[in-house]
Amino acid sequence: MTTSILDIDALLTDPDTRIIVCCGSGGVGKTTTAAAIALRAAEQGRQTVVLTIDPARRLAQALGLSALDNTPRRVGSLGRKEGGELHAMMLDMKRTFDEVVLTHTTAEKAEQIFANPFYQAMSTSFAGTQEYMAMEKLGQLVATQSWDIIVVDTPPSRSALDFLDAPQRLTRFLDGRMIRILLAPAKASGRAYFKVVGASFAMFSRVVTKVLGTALLHDLSAFVGALDTMFGGFRERAQATYDLLKRPGTAFLVVSAPEPDALREASYFVSRLDSDGMPLAGLVLNRMHSTAAASLTAERSLAAAETLEETGSTLAAGVLRVHAERIQLAGREQRLRARFTSAHPQVAVAEIPAQASDVHDLAGLRRVGNDLAANAAANTAAQV
Amino acid sequence: MAWGGHEARSTLDLVPTPRPTWPDARLHVVTGKGGTGKTTVAAALALALATGGRRSLLVEVEGRQGIAQLFDTPPLPYEERRIAIAPEGGEVYALAIDPEEALLEYLEMFYNLRRAGSALRRLGAIDFATTIAPGMRDVLLTGKVKEATTRTEDGQRVYDAVVLDGPPTGRITPFLNVTAEVAGLTKVGPIKSQSDKVIALLRSAQTAIHVVTILEEMPVQETIDTAAELRATALPMGAVIVNMTRESLLPAGKIDRDKVAAGLKASRLPDDPTVLDTLLREAADHQERERLQRRERKQLHALGQPLIELPFITHGVDLGTLHELSGALHEQGVMAP
Repeated sequence: MTTSILDIDALLTDPDTRIIVCCGSGGVGKTTTAAAIALRAAEQGRQTVVLTIDPARRLAQALGLSALDNTPRRVGSLGRKEGGELHAMMLDMKRTFDEVVLTHTTAEKAEQIFANPFYQAMSTSFAGTQEYMAMEKLGQLVATQSWDIIVVDTPPSRSALDFLDAPQRLTRFLDGRMIRILLAPAKASGRAYFKVVGASFAMFSRVVTKVLGTALLHDLSAFVGALDTMFGGFRERAQATYDLLKRPGTAFLVVSAPEPDALREASYFVSRLDSDGMPLAGLVLNRMHSTAAASLTAERSLAAAETLEETGSTLAAGVLRVHAERIQLAGREQRLRARFTSAHPQVAVAEIPAQASDVHDLAGLRRVGNDLAANAAANTAAQV
Repeated sequence: MAWGGHEARSTLDLVPTPRPTWPDARLHVVTGKGGTGKTTVAAALALALATGGRRSLLVEVEGRQGIAQLFDTPPLPYEERRIAIAPEGGEVYALAIDPEEALLEYLEMFYNLRRAGSALRRLGAIDFATTIAPGMRDVLLTGKVKEATTRTEDGQRVYDAVVLDGPPTGRITPFLNVTAEVAGLTKVGPIKSQSDKVIALLRSAQTAIHVVTILEEMPVQETIDTAAELRATALPMGAVIVNMTRESLLPAGKIDRDKVAAGLKASRLPDDPTVLDTLLREAADHQERERLQRRERKQLHALGQPLIELPFITHGVDLGTLHELSGALHEQGVMAP
């Protein structure tokens, strides 16, 4: 095969690598992959932090993330080289949003904002808030300048790239006429207000009052008015984070499982990152199956299993069926991989074998990291 | 047969779960963690519920066009169209609900405001209402689902069953619990009364919320969490649908190396030690996975909800497999009342 192999160690030891973003659809093992990569970076001597979004309970415990306090906590007892540390944190969306509000406005105004029902809903359940806050947190982590590498796990979004769109969506929202209309009552009053917005507001107000009732319009207007002072800050930060992702020090890793749906999503990711000019390091194919006894084909195994069953050797027959199933699965996965690489020949790929059980300790994460790094080593060996 | 292992598995030292019957259910909501095959199961369920001359509607709300991909058709417009024929003369319709279109339809239906709609769109108000205004989007989507579920023509229900391919487990409860979301924002007015009607349907016996899972730690944990959330918000849980189950290929007990070696020899297969070692390792992995799956299945049983099992499809999902899965659902008691 002519496809290039993703060399994770080359990426992690490159001093220019500062941010690694793991993205992919839900259920592909993104969080585990991000944690394994972060652990490996730390054990190679780099000061590392991993920002996770929603880790499995036991993985969170393994990382010492029992306290959800929105700041990085050091993960104890790493091995190997001196100097490397792993810190981990879990994103608290609401708290991050609150912090942003507090940085951009007075304590008094912040209290008003916190009390507004729109803010409460927006900071906890607005589609895109989690994505935006993940990017916000990333920006904060970068700003502290305490990290050699920041590994980011992305939220399981409706659309997998919501986190790329969140800043623009926010900007579009803030620049929209809608906001100016809603802001008008806060800026002017009485007649002047209607002059500013004119007929369109009259119509808007008529619809909103009819559909939602007047109390809502008032709350909304108060909310937008209170946020007014922060808009500039919001927009700048959103843009700054987006630009940060485009910088050469950032590497995107698309994580996928060897399933058609997940790979379709991965394919979409790759195209989208490319068209946004985001630096893609490669594809990580998680949970791959393989066999060390490929010489014994599925067909021969199944034929033998059938004969053995007739003679009552159910154990040997069962073992052969397990082997046949594994070969078939591995074959299917390799076909899916080949289909992906023929569509995206420029994308480097690395595989992580399926683990017999779920990963929930540092030893397990270390094993995943080793497996990931073994791709490049095997490739080098093959070329020699 | 791929399905043969089911009974043997269910009796495995586990108390049988209740039969999946929802005599009054019209709306079937399907949720599950990403990667569990939620959309596939929703489609198979729509087929099963249309079996025998019924008509079902399969709805998606996440803008992913998952139904079109599954049935290999062009992207669905905001329009109900027939996408499949079910066994014994049934029909499956499909609809991809777009929040913007739903809002315009809503404005037209309740306020005769279609024209205002396009002006609002220019203003950015539609964008605002459907993406930024908290809860609005979910009110619109669930409102449309309710409308389709309760729609009648000449005194007859248009659909015998509506299947909603819902948001994943992490978002399903807030999505369905629209009233609570909107209550803080609108205390009166049509949106409030609309969402009250929606929640009344969602909390009634006319709704069944099914959670799709696979036998792995995280999806099972999310299933258990979701069951608790649904209970806390008085939303009626239906079945736990265990997807991608595999038959046990090995007899119980220890794997005897000599027996396997003898079997290979008898079959004139290469019995060199590396092949043998590999086979034994693969068999041990298989047993380990089965052990974990038994543990996860036990946890699901403890929920006390009906448990439905669907087989793993090795060759990838197409229309044929959807029918196969639908048949499996039907065999396990899933059918329209």
